[in-house]
Amino acid sequence: MTDTRKITVTVNGERLTGAAEPRMLLVDFLRDELRRTGTHVGCEHGVCGACTVIIDGDAARSCLMFAVQADGAEISTIEGLAANGEMHPLQKLFSEHHALQCGFCTPGMLMTAMDLVHNSKDHSPEAIRTGMSAALCRCTGYVGIIEAVTEYARQVHGDAAVADRDSGENSHG
Amino acid sequence: MDDGVRRETGGYIGQSVPRREDKNLLLGQANFVADMQLPGMVHAAFARSPLPHAKILSVDVTAARAMEGVVFAASGDDVMVALPPINGMQVVTPQGWRDRVDTDILIPDQPLIPNDKLRYVGEAYALVVADSRYIAEDALELIEPDLEPLQPLADAESALADDAPLLHEHLGRNVAAFLHTKKGAGGAAMENVPHRISRRFVHHRYAAMPMECRGVVADYDTRTDTLNVWSSTQVVHWVRREVATALGMPEERVRCIAPDVGGGFGGKGHVYPEDILVAWLAREIGRPVKWIEDRHEHILNAAHSRDNIYDVEIGFDDEGKILALTSSFLVDSGAYTPVGAGIAGNSIAHMLGPYHIENYETDCRVVLTNRTPNAPYRGAGRPEVGFAMERSVDLVANYLGLDPAEVRFRNMIPPEDMPYEVGLTYRDGVPMVYDSGDYPKALRRALEELGGLEAIRKRQKEALAEGRYIGLGLGCYVEGTGVGPFEGATVKIDPTGKIMVAAGACPQGQGHETIFAQFAADMWQVPIEDVYVTVADTGHVSQGYGTIASRSTVTASGAIKLATDEVHQKVFAIAANMLETAEADLELRDAGVGVKGVPDMHLSYRDIATAAKPGWGHQRPEGVVAGLESTSYYEPPTVTWSYAANASLVEVDVETGQIRIEKYVEVHDAGVLVNPKLADGQVKGGLVQGLGGALLEELAYDDQGQLLTGSFADYLMPTASDVPPLSVVHQETPSPLNAFGVKGLGEGGAIAPPVVIANAVCDALRPFRAELNSTPVRWSQVAAFFDRD
Amino acid sequence: MGMKPVRFDHLLPSTLEEALSMLAEHAPDARPLAGGQSLVPMMNFRLARPTVLVDLNKIPELAYIRDAGDHLAIGAMTRERAIENSDLVRAASPLLHDATLNIAHLPIRSRGTIGGSISNADPAAEYPATVLALDATLVARSVRGAREIPAAAFFDGVMTTTLEPDEILAEIRVPKAPPGSGGAFVEIARRHGDFALAGVAAQINLDGEAVTDIRLAACGVGPGPIRLTAAEDILRAGGLTDAALAEAGRAAAEAADPEGDVHATAAYRRKLAGVMTRRAVKKAAGRARKTV
Repeated sequence: MTDTRKITVTVNGERLTGAAEPRMLLVDFLRDELRRTGTHVGCEHGVCGACTVIIDGDAARSCLMFAVQADGAEISTIEGLAANGEMHPLQKLFSEHHALQCGFCTPGMLMTAMDLVHNSKDHSPEAIRTGMSAALCRCTGYVGIIEAVTEYARQVHGDAAVADRDSGENSHG
Repeated sequence: MDDGVRRETGGYIGQSVPRREDKNLLLGQANFVADMQLPGMVHAAFARSPLPHAKILSVDVTAARAMEGVVFAASGDDVMVALPPINGMQVVTPQGWRDRVDTDILIPDQPLIPNDKLRYVGEAYALVVADSRYIAEDALELIEPDLEPLQPLADAESALADDAPLLHEHLGRNVAAFLHTKKGAGGAAMENVPHRISRRFVHHRYAAMPMECRGVVADYDTRTDTLNVWSSTQVVHWVRREVATALGMPEERVRCIAPDVGGGFGGKGHVYPEDILVAWLAREIGRPVKWIEDRHEHILNAAHSRDNIYDVEIGFDDEGKILALTSSFLVDSGAYTPVGAGIAGNSIAHMLGPYHIENYETDCRVVLTNRTPNAPYRGAGRPEVGFAMERSVDLVANYLGLDPAEVRFRNMIPPEDMPYEVGLTYRDGVPMVYDSGDYPKALRRALEELGGLEAIRKRQKEALAEGRYIGLGLGCYVEGTGVGPFEGATVKIDPTGKIMVAAGACPQGQGHETIFAQFAADMWQVPIEDVYVTVADTGHVSQGYGTIASRSTVTASGAIKLATDEVHQKVFAIAANMLETAEADLELRDAGVGVKGVPDMHLSYRDIATAAKPGWGHQRPEGVVAGLESTSYYEPPTVTWSYAANASLVEVDVETGQIRIEKYVEVHDAGVLVNPKLADGQVKGGLVQGLGGALLEELAYDDQGQLLTGSFADYLMPTASDVPPLSVVHQETPSPLNAFGVKGLGEGGAIAPPVVIANAVCDALRPFRAELNSTPVRWSQVAAFFDRD
Repeated sequence: MGMKPVRFDHLLPSTLEEALSMLAEHAPDARPLAGGQSLVPMMNFRLARPTVLVDLNKIPELAYIRDAGDHLAIGAMTRERAIENSDLVRAASPLLHDATLNIAHLPIRSRGTIGGSISNADPAAEYPATVLALDATLVARSVRGAREIPAAAFFDGVMTTTLEPDEILAEIRVPKAPPGSGGAFVEIARRHGDFALAGVAAQINLDGEAVTDIRLAACGVGPGPIRLTAAEDILRAGGLTDAALAEAGRAAAEAADPEGDVHATAAYRRKLAGVMTRRAVKKAAGRARKTV
């Protein structure tokens, strides 16, 4: 009847196997099949970012991929940030800066921020704000989120990296 | 015995205590309804109307029921036989309000799934339960409804037309509620005013749009004949009541829990058909049932809000003193109005704002249309009326050539007049008295934050000379918060000596567990880690009301205090008995009770809890009943009055009409702040939502009642890039109405931004005598003023 | 209704030849799956209901950025993110780099592909206007062989291209920017990353203040990308004076053929086309001057 496949993924360093028919979204596979419910479903059309995970090194929306496409992939989710019972520095900063209220967008925010801070080159205030505009939050007004991500970028890349740049040109409009 | 509240000596109240909620949420270990998996669980999906108004001729679910993987299917006929509709108005209006406000209210009941007519795009006409949501959605496609389209009532004015068809035939009209109230001479006073301006103001439709859609999981336990219902809701006790009523069960045998809830903002603040249906399905099918709303469903079907039309007339003198104010407004309530005339009742009460206005008359019609039902969303009638009022104040200023700030100062109630009798009745039936506050100070402060009025006007003039258009927008309001009827709390000292607090509040991100722990820790003089808080669970608090209307800080703390006071009495009595001393010689200290000045004479709460037990070996004095537990209900005397002054500087782009917000300031007073950081988060979060309503968010219907904005590609919410530099300044004028001096603040931020932005843009475009009297404020409207071609 | 896709067969070729055979065999029910950032939302809404998906994501030979002498050869499955990060693209086609920065958000660019975006032919998308402005060549492949299609002959209406049902876009050949040129992509959207209300791709060569070469194409203001030839002619003849820029803007507004929707009326989009043209030209000219 249905073409159910065996899918093997490495999630937060752990090799996991589950079953998925082709149409099963990656986010549903992670949540329902692999029981990793940290990643959330917010819109299922790629806009809100709550489902953002890091797959093979880049942040991507897991509601816009099918589980069958992730066979063999390495995926990082919110559950993999903390280590040995200790929160990741970014998570600690989120708490310190009150960057979450209901917490529903938080998994997507964290993974978006991890990608932004570690994999892009520009960490000026403008770039961080633009980068974090990839994910929606309805509760906080983003104030704490931007503070936390900026501070994290400072911790990773140093003060000079997060300084205001004289951009001269604005590529948007 | 001191009252245990460590205000002056540096307790937890007033400290930005880190949130205990954060850990699970940050680690990805939260439990939202969608995260729940119960053995044998099956999944529900609803077939939803593609038409705004249609007669249901037939709905055949046979093919859907027969599909492999489907365990249950039902049409409206099946549901109407089994379950009654939800009783029209979920909120009971107090007699005092009905006595003093002229009301004529006829609220339609809401069928869980109708079998006669469909009344809005998105209304359910059938349901399916299957092994997975995927299969359930496949099965929905096998249901073919036979619908006869009827003329749609696409908006409020169409629904009021003489030839408009009836939406709910048995009501005999399309108006769910007529409201009217008057102060002083009302509209008659308009005859004698030197100047008058009339305008229409339109506040468009938008919605709460939390990041987590709705969802319900239900499980019927046959052994205990108990229905357990987990719902992403703000009102667990209302859900319990409606489920119990519909299913003919005692409320005690229905337990409703809201686990982690991903935002609500009012949109989850009443009982929906799905809350009851999913519970029923669990009992019918005998397996746990899960329904998780998807975003498309949510946009179509979860409550919308705002959508008001105001016709206002304002009468004033040469000094800009407002002498008379009348308004006649419509609320487009959509097909049902589950919170009745609540929004309109709010609007009526809040129109006068922080101003002294002697003559006021207003009437309102809550109109039924073929749009999605309208229920309160953050602000709940205050943004709409605030828009009409604060635009009118600016129009008065423009008419007279006065500064809009000056006109506000001339009309504001001065601090020495507090408490101020407004001359109107609030929704709780009590005559309105603004309890405390300094409105002019807030406005002065807001202007200072932007550099001061003189400097602003100077900048504006200089910019104009360079061909640049900068504007100042103002918006002031008052907000009744902490409304009744009540809140419930249970306070218990556990045998381990820990303080257990349960309250009827249902947070969706506010941080209530932390805040209530702060209150309790201060009241018991214990480290905050010794306080355990449970919220949003009917199994822990017998009667509760829920978290809507900026009420939980005030009402839950009130209930916790009453319960604490009861338990305190027992604790002191037992301790006095055990220590053989007078109660007056005792004080709370070191997680227990001790004799003042005698360090060795001390009992821990654990000791006292043991002594309080029933049975042999207890150490209770005569007349003291066993146990250290109390359930109490706080019935607030009336609302507390928060308020704010908002100010913003904007610049408009002369080529594109884009609006750049240079800075947005809110000076906000919610009395004593329990946790300043969380309070700040509430105000800023609300503020950004308000900016969304001002500029981006729109639920647009065409003239056939079809929703044009059905996904996040079209319903645009603010992102990080849309947030301007914000400054929130907190004034703390304690409320005299409760022990802690607190007022509510959940909604405040969202009230003023639409009018502030409109006022700012109009101010920038003053050379063109621009008037923008509707929301959202559009770039194209601005650009039009600069078109030369 | 609902937001889960209908059932489909998932085919996973590892070579282009395999993919093409599969497409030919299963046409017309098969659709190629590239980045999925446009197709999967449509499938989740059940508006797109392919019964067969030919997944192109595991075909390494389709993802590359090569220096091919006078042009860049870019494999259709190259991720937008890779294009953004490519030093070669930044140097050889600053306009293509600039356009990429305007596409949605970084997580979308992680998966979205240049071939997918161009084939999808959304009227508001950046790449179609960019390849039109650059006179790029689009190489289509099918079991019947290869077909080179000039960008001007590729776009055929809203979400429609001249690709055959069993063809996929395999390579995009982008002429390198001549020395001394400046490229800029400027758009206006309601929020950062949203579909453009109007956007313009501009590449310009200057000799002093004389315009020796100029290419302009707009997105968001018609059924497909629009080459703004009238505006180009005006600037080539008149240089970059305020008068010429104003006239070019008016010509662009006239060339625009927008629809109105909840986000903007047709008239407003038309106006924005003019404004974006002026701004894109100024920005590109500024960059051209810097390279001297």
